[in-house]
Amino acid sequence: MTDIIKLTAAEIAAKIAAGELTAVEVTEAHLARIDAIDEKVHAFLHIDREGALAQARAVDAKRAAGQQLGPLAGVPLALKDIFTTEGIPTTVGSKILEGWIPPYDATVTRKLKEADVVILGKTNMDEFAMGSSTENSAYGPTGNPWDLTRIPGGSGGGSSAALASYEAPLAIGTDTGGSIRQPAAVTGTVGVKPTYGGVSRYGMVAFSSSLDQGGPCARTVLDAALLHEVIAGHDPLDSTSIDAPVPPVVEAARNGSVAGMRVGVVRQFRGEGYQAGVIQRFDESVELLKALGAEIVELDCPSFDLALSAYYLIAPSECSSNLARFDAMRYGLRVGDDGTKSAEEVTALTREAGFGDEVKRRIILGTYALSSGYYDAYYGSAQKVRTLIKQDFDKAFEQVDVIVSPTTPTTAFPIGERADDPMAMYLADLCTIPTNLAGNAAMSLPCGLAPEDNLPVGLQIIAPAMKDDRLYKVGAAVEAAFVEKWGHPLLEEAPSL
Amino acid sequence: MTVTELVSYEAALAGYDPVMGLEVHVELGTRTKMFCGCSTELGAEPNSQTCPICLGLPGSLPVVNSIGVESAIKIGLALNCEIAEWCRFARKNYFYPDMPKNFQTSQYDEPIAFNGYLDVQLEDGEIFRVEIERAHMEEDTGKSTHVGGATGRIHGASHSLLDYNRAGIPLIEIVTKPIEGAGERAPEVAKAYVAELRELIKALGVSEARMDKGQMRCDVNLSLRRHGVEKFGTRSETKNVNSLRSVERAARFEIQRHAAVLESGGTIVQETRHFHEEDGSTTSGRIKDNAEDYRYFPEPDLVPVAPSREWVEELRAGLPELPRLHRKRLREEWGISEHDMQSILNAGAVDLIVATTDAGAPADQARKWWMGELSRNANESGRALDELPISPAQVARVTALVASGDLNDKLARQVIEGVLAGEGDPDTVVDKRGLKVVSDDGALGTAVEEAIASNAAIADKIRGGKVAAVGALVGAVMKATRGQADAARVKELILEKLGVSEG
Repeated sequence: MTDIIKLTAAEIAAKIAAGELTAVEVTEAHLARIDAIDEKVHAFLHIDREGALAQARAVDAKRAAGQQLGPLAGVPLALKDIFTTEGIPTTVGSKILEGWIPPYDATVTRKLKEADVVILGKTNMDEFAMGSSTENSAYGPTGNPWDLTRIPGGSGGGSSAALASYEAPLAIGTDTGGSIRQPAAVTGTVGVKPTYGGVSRYGMVAFSSSLDQGGPCARTVLDAALLHEVIAGHDPLDSTSIDAPVPPVVEAARNGSVAGMRVGVVRQFRGEGYQAGVIQRFDESVELLKALGAEIVELDCPSFDLALSAYYLIAPSECSSNLARFDAMRYGLRVGDDGTKSAEEVTALTREAGFGDEVKRRIILGTYALSSGYYDAYYGSAQKVRTLIKQDFDKAFEQVDVIVSPTTPTTAFPIGERADDPMAMYLADLCTIPTNLAGNAAMSLPCGLAPEDNLPVGLQIIAPAMKDDRLYKVGAAVEAAFVEKWGHPLLEEAPSL
Repeated sequence: MTVTELVSYEAALAGYDPVMGLEVHVELGTRTKMFCGCSTELGAEPNSQTCPICLGLPGSLPVVNSIGVESAIKIGLALNCEIAEWCRFARKNYFYPDMPKNFQTSQYDEPIAFNGYLDVQLEDGEIFRVEIERAHMEEDTGKSTHVGGATGRIHGASHSLLDYNRAGIPLIEIVTKPIEGAGERAPEVAKAYVAELRELIKALGVSEARMDKGQMRCDVNLSLRRHGVEKFGTRSETKNVNSLRSVERAARFEIQRHAAVLESGGTIVQETRHFHEEDGSTTSGRIKDNAEDYRYFPEPDLVPVAPSREWVEELRAGLPELPRLHRKRLREEWGISEHDMQSILNAGAVDLIVATTDAGAPADQARKWWMGELSRNANESGRALDELPISPAQVARVTALVASGDLNDKLARQVIEGVLAGEGDPDTVVDKRGLKVVSDDGALGTAVEEAIASNAAIADKIRGGKVAAVGALVGAVMKATRGQADAARVKELILEKLGVSEG
C-alpha cells in the first residue's frame, strides 16, 4: 500500500481509529520509504526502528482494547535532533555530542509519546541550529526532494526534507531566526513558529534562549494545527513558557477564512535581493487574499531593516554562553585526554575539534559582543533594536489582523553556493527574523513555484503574540484556495524520488 | 614566593588607615536547590543529588526556587535593605570544571536587596555601623578534589574528582560597602560583623550558617591608605576565610603585610590570596587586574523576579527580633556584663543557653554548663558546641537533679561526661554509674564515725569550739564515699555526733 505515505496525518489518524489501517502498517510503510530513499535525501541522522514499531504496536493494542485514541495516535513523525530523547542519541548536528545518549526526554518528546505519536527518528540539521541550509551539519548535508543538488533550508532541513519526500507526514522543528519557516518555504511544506513560550523549550538544546521556539511542521495546515495542539501548553519546567490556554488552532484550521480580515503588507519585505519569481508569487497571493475578502493594508516598519544586524548580535551572544557547557568534562566528545594535559587543554582541544566553523564564528562573535567595554555598543544596542521591532509590530497590529510577506527572498539555492559566504547565507532569514526578535507567531505555507526555476515559494503569515490561531485561520483559507486553483497540493508537482 | 617581613600591627596603624570590604556567601537551608528539585542535604554520596538541570545537561532549563527568593528578601529586610521591585538573574561566564554550565546563574546590576546596614557590637559594647552594598541570589558550584599533589590545590595534582551535589545550592552573597574609620579595630569589626551576620541568618531561620561546614564563607578585601588620603589603596582579596577567629586574623595579617609592602616602597598587587589556618598568614593566589571579564548578561532562561510590595511587607512583619536586641534583652535579664555576653556569642552558645533555660534550667546554671564544662569539651574534641551529643533539655535535666539534691556538682560533671560518651540520657547515666548523692543517715553514719575515729585531733578541736575545722572531716567522708555523699548532710551529722551546734 504505497499510498499510505501520501496520506495526511489527519487521514492516517482517522483510518487507524476506524480500523482501516493499523499503526504498525503505517509505521512500516514509512520505514520502508526511508529505507528506499533516505540514502539519497539524508533527512535522518538516526532511525529508531524498534522504538517506532513498539509505539505503533502499543497504539494498535490500545485500539483493540477499545481505548480512546488521541487525534494523532499512530501517526509517524520525524523529530529534529535538537530535542532530547531518553536512550536515543541526540547530536544537535554536532560532533561534540556524538554518541551522547540523553538520560531524559524533552517536554516535546514526552508530549508526543503521551499522544501516541510514533517517533521514527531524529532529523538532520545545521549544527546547533546555526544555518539556513543544513550544510553546517557535522554529518553531511541533506538534499531538497525537489532537487537533490539544492538545499532543503535550514536549520531544520532534515525535517522539511522528510516531509517533502514522504518519509513522514509530520515533523518537529525549531525556529530561532527562521529554521522552521525557511525550510518549509523551500520544500513546499507548512511550518509554524508558535508564539515564544507557546511550546516548552525544556529538553530542546539551546542555541539562543530568548529566540528559540519549537514548532510543528507538516504538509497541510490542518496537520500542523493538530501537531501544534499536541506539543503546546504551559510547562512548569520552562520558566518562559506561557501560562495560558493554547490558542484554538485546530478549530481555526478547520474554519479557514479571511473574509473581513485586514491583512498587512510591510514595505520593508521586498526590494533588493528578492528573486523576481518569489515577488511574483507573493503578489499573486496578496491578490488571492483580496479575492477571498481580505482588506490589504500597506505598512511601514522601518526597524525591520535593522533586524538582521540585531539578530546577529543577540543570537551569537546567547550561544556563546549556552555552548560553554560543552567542555568534555561530563558528556560528549573528549579529545586529547592522554594523561599529560590539563582539563583546560582538553576542553580547548575538544572544542577545537568538536565545533564546526559556523558555530565557532558565532561563539567568537558573541564572546566579543558581550565583552566589557563593548556590551553597550553591541548587545545593549541590539536589545534596543529589539524593542523598536516589537513597537513596530504593536503599531502594525493596531491596524491589521495579520501580516503577510515572502518567507524567504529566494527559492532553494544549490548546495555549496553560499557555504563560504556567511552574509549571503544570513540573508535567507531576512523576513523571518523580526518575528523571533518580537516573540510573536508566524507560519510559512506554499504559494506556488517560481517561474524561473520551478521551485517552491513560501508565503509567510505573521500574527500577534498568543494569536497563533489566526495563522491557521488565514493559512487554511489560502491553502484551500491554492489547492482549488492548482487542482492538487503543490507537492504533487515534485519529482518522484 | 617571597616571604614578606611583616611590620608590627602598631607600626602599620601608625601610618595607615585600613579600608575593608567583606563578601559573605551564605548557603540557604532550602530543602531543594535554587533551580531544580534536587536535595540540598550535605554529606550524600558524590553526585547522587544531581539531575539534568544542576548538571547543566544540554536542553535543561532552570526554574527559580521561590523559598530561595523569600529567604533572600528576609535577609535583605533584616539588613535594612531596599528590596528591588523588579530584578533579573544574570549569567556570569567563566570556565571551570566544577561549574556544570560554565556560567554561574547569579545577579549582576539588579540585586534583589541593596543599600542597607548592620549595626554590630564590639567587645566593649560600642556599636559600629557596617553599610551594606547589596545582597544577591546565586547558585553554588560543585566541589573539586585535586588528587595526587602535595597541597590539595590544583597545582601539582595528577587528576581531579568532581562532585556536583553542591552545584545549584542557593547562595546569598552579602557585600558590604567599604568599611572605613574602624582604624585599629578593623579586624575586630570584621569579626563582629561576621558573627552578627551569622546570628542574624540563624535567627531568620534561612540557614544554619555553619562556617565549619562551608554554609557561610567570607572573603576579606582589604587595602590601606595613608592617614589623610581619600583615595583607596589597591586591595587584596583573601578568599574563603571560614571561622570568626580567622576573619580577624586574616584582616590583621593583611594590614601588617600591606604596610610592610608599602613601607618598603613596593606596590600592592590586586590579587586573591589564600588564608592559612595554621599560622594565620595569607599567600598569593590569582592575579586580578581588572582584565577578568565575566561577560555578564541577563539570564534569558528565567523571567524577572518582581516581589509584590504586599509580600515584602508581609515578610517584614514576620521578621524575628534582631539578634543584637535579643542579646541585649537577655543580657539584662541575666544580669551579665557586655564582655560575658560577647564570649557567649563568640562561643555560639546563645541559642543553646536560651533553649536550656526554656527547658527549665536557671539561666546561671545553663550558662555555667555551656560556657564551662561543655565549651571545654567542645574545644578539646574540635567540635562546635551545638555539635556535642547533648541537648539543651538534657543539660536542663542535670541542673534539675542538682537543684533537687540528687546530684552535687562533681557528680553532675560525671553525668554530663556520661551523656557525651553516649551512655544515654542523664537519668540513665545516673542509674548505670550509680551516681546518686548518698544522704541516707544509716549509710553516712558509718563513714562519719570512721572519719571522727581516724581524725581524733580535729574532732577534739571542733568539740573545743573550732567549728570551721569541720571541713576537713567532711572532706574525709566525701573521699570515703567517692564524692557521692550529700556534703551538707554530712556536716550536720558530724556536728550532731560531736555535740556541737553551728555558731
